[in-house]
Amino acid sequence: MIKKTIKYLHQRRLTLTFLLIGLVLLLFIFIPLGKMIFSSSPSTLWNTLLDKEVRDSIWLSIYTALIATAFGLFFGVPLAYFLARHSFPGKRLVESLIDVPIVVPHIAAGIALLFVFGKSYLAGKAFDAIGIHFRDAVAGIVIAMIFVSVPFLINSAKQGFEEVDERLEKVARTLGASPWQTFFKISLPLARRSIFGGTVMMWARSISEFGAVLVLTSHPSIASILVYERLEAHGLEYALPVASVLIIITIVIFVALRYFTYRSKKQ
Amino acid sequence: MIRLENLTVNLKQFTLSGINLEVKRGEYFIILGPTGAGKTLLLETIAGLRRSDSGSIFIDDIDITRMEPERRKIGFVYQDYALFPHLSVRENIIFGLKCRRAHKIAIVMKLLQLAKLLNIAQLIERRPETLSGGEKQIVSLARALSTDPDVVLLDEPISALDPQQREGVQNELKDICKKLNRTFIHVTHNFEEAIALGDRIAVLSEGRLIQSGTPEEIFRHPNSEFVARFAMTRNIFAGLVTDDGYGGSIFTIDNNKLEVMTELRGQLHASIRPEDILISRDVLISSARNSIKGKITRVDDRGATLYVTVSTTTEFVCLVTRRSYEELGLSEGSEAYITFKASAVHVF
Repeated sequence: MIKKTIKYLHQRRLTLTFLLIGLVLLLFIFIPLGKMIFSSSPSTLWNTLLDKEVRDSIWLSIYTALIATAFGLFFGVPLAYFLARHSFPGKRLVESLIDVPIVVPHIAAGIALLFVFGKSYLAGKAFDAIGIHFRDAVAGIVIAMIFVSVPFLINSAKQGFEEVDERLEKVARTLGASPWQTFFKISLPLARRSIFGGTVMMWARSISEFGAVLVLTSHPSIASILVYERLEAHGLEYALPVASVLIIITIVIFVALRYFTYRSKKQ
Repeated sequence: MIRLENLTVNLKQFTLSGINLEVKRGEYFIILGPTGAGKTLLLETIAGLRRSDSGSIFIDDIDITRMEPERRKIGFVYQDYALFPHLSVRENIIFGLKCRRAHKIAIVMKLLQLAKLLNIAQLIERRPETLSGGEKQIVSLARALSTDPDVVLLDEPISALDPQQREGVQNELKDICKKLNRTFIHVTHNFEEAIALGDRIAVLSEGRLIQSGTPEEIFRHPNSEFVARFAMTRNIFAGLVTDDGYGGSIFTIDNNKLEVMTELRGQLHASIRPEDILISRDVLISSARNSIKGKITRVDDRGATLYVTVSTTTEFVCLVTRRSYEELGLSEGSEAYITFKASAVHVF
């Protein structure tokens, strides 16, 4: 019996080694999250939720991220399709530039945006004329979120379109589909899983954005900024419950999304 | 009728140059060429999926060279079928009609007609991934036929099938072409497929059409090494396959009746490899079912081996080693018997 077990373990030594190594990382991720959630008592969390400022900021995070993602879809999906289907000189460069917002410090990204959307600058002036401001306004939160998180959507959608066999589009054309019909009936449905995945990533990344938003709009404050402000002004004790609530809400939303995408994958 | 005049396509690495071709309505036309000859490129250009750099394409004397693919009335069948994976068989077949906003009743009628013609009624509600290769191919053909194209282009349509399915699909393709009186242009690298299916064959090599004609013309007088090398290593005959009355099959060429092993019947082709034919001075008593008397009319010296042509009413080329040829004391003009097994004859 013991011999058998030893033999079994011996055969599985690669699997077991990797599992143990991986476990370290899993604990590194789970322990802080768990401590965060369980360090505040349920009543404290409930009271935090009753705080209007907290509720408003979380709601603001969620819906500005939704708006940012909607813009991302509208502009990003066509760009992704274009990049997936065409090659042109400098394409590599364009693709690298798309990734830049992911790698620059987000404070710097915010400052860069300020130099374009600030009132005395080009785009800022133009939008000012139609009454849209980006300093300390919802629109500022949205553009900061788009800037730093749209690469996730573009890259994922592009990969999805690249995986669609071009011959399917060609066959559709010979059958009488126009280029538009081909896109909406063949390419888009076949890439939908990647686009959806990218959408979720973009939205998630938008909710968690802090640096770029801080530069443009600290008031009204989204949840991440509220956590920071409370930490600065009142200390850890006040910041913790807000952070916990934010984490719990995000986890619930993501587990739900995962569940639904997994189900549609099975079908 | 479809006509290509001086069609040229320049790509970075490859050029399709000066293609001239005319295929009549109801004709089954084969474009034969090795991998990399530009076969797919030619079909995609005809379908309008690629721009040609010069030359013209006409269907029934209408110039379609600059027409969008969706307006050309050309159906396309790809090698690995290219069925839309997110749609059912039914939705795949009616896709084109829906795009053209055909009337609901017209769509149902067409679906029923195709299901009956191609015998796929039982597949209609299935998903593409649950179909066998042969079934996918037939569905792909049904989809291409749904919009009543003038010309159907088939890119290696049976190469991906296993041998059992291949024969069935092959016969079905030709039947459909004749039944519907549509023009079929089928590209392949497979010689036997080309001979079995083609009313006419054109040979494509390195982006040029180098020969066209009936299968007999192409294989009797090949002008490309690619075809010649194949033709030389096979005895290819056209003939009639009938029952022998004992459950076997007889292949009749001219006055010779060969015993063969096949389930097929009708006007077909057969090939025998030269190395599968034995030559002897006298009748050979053996288990081989075919033995024919003839006369040596030609000897091709290849060094250690010889290609010996033995003529009866038909010519058979046999491969023998120099040594056995000399030991048998054979020479041009002498009589000889040729012997081969029924299983050495491949009918297609």
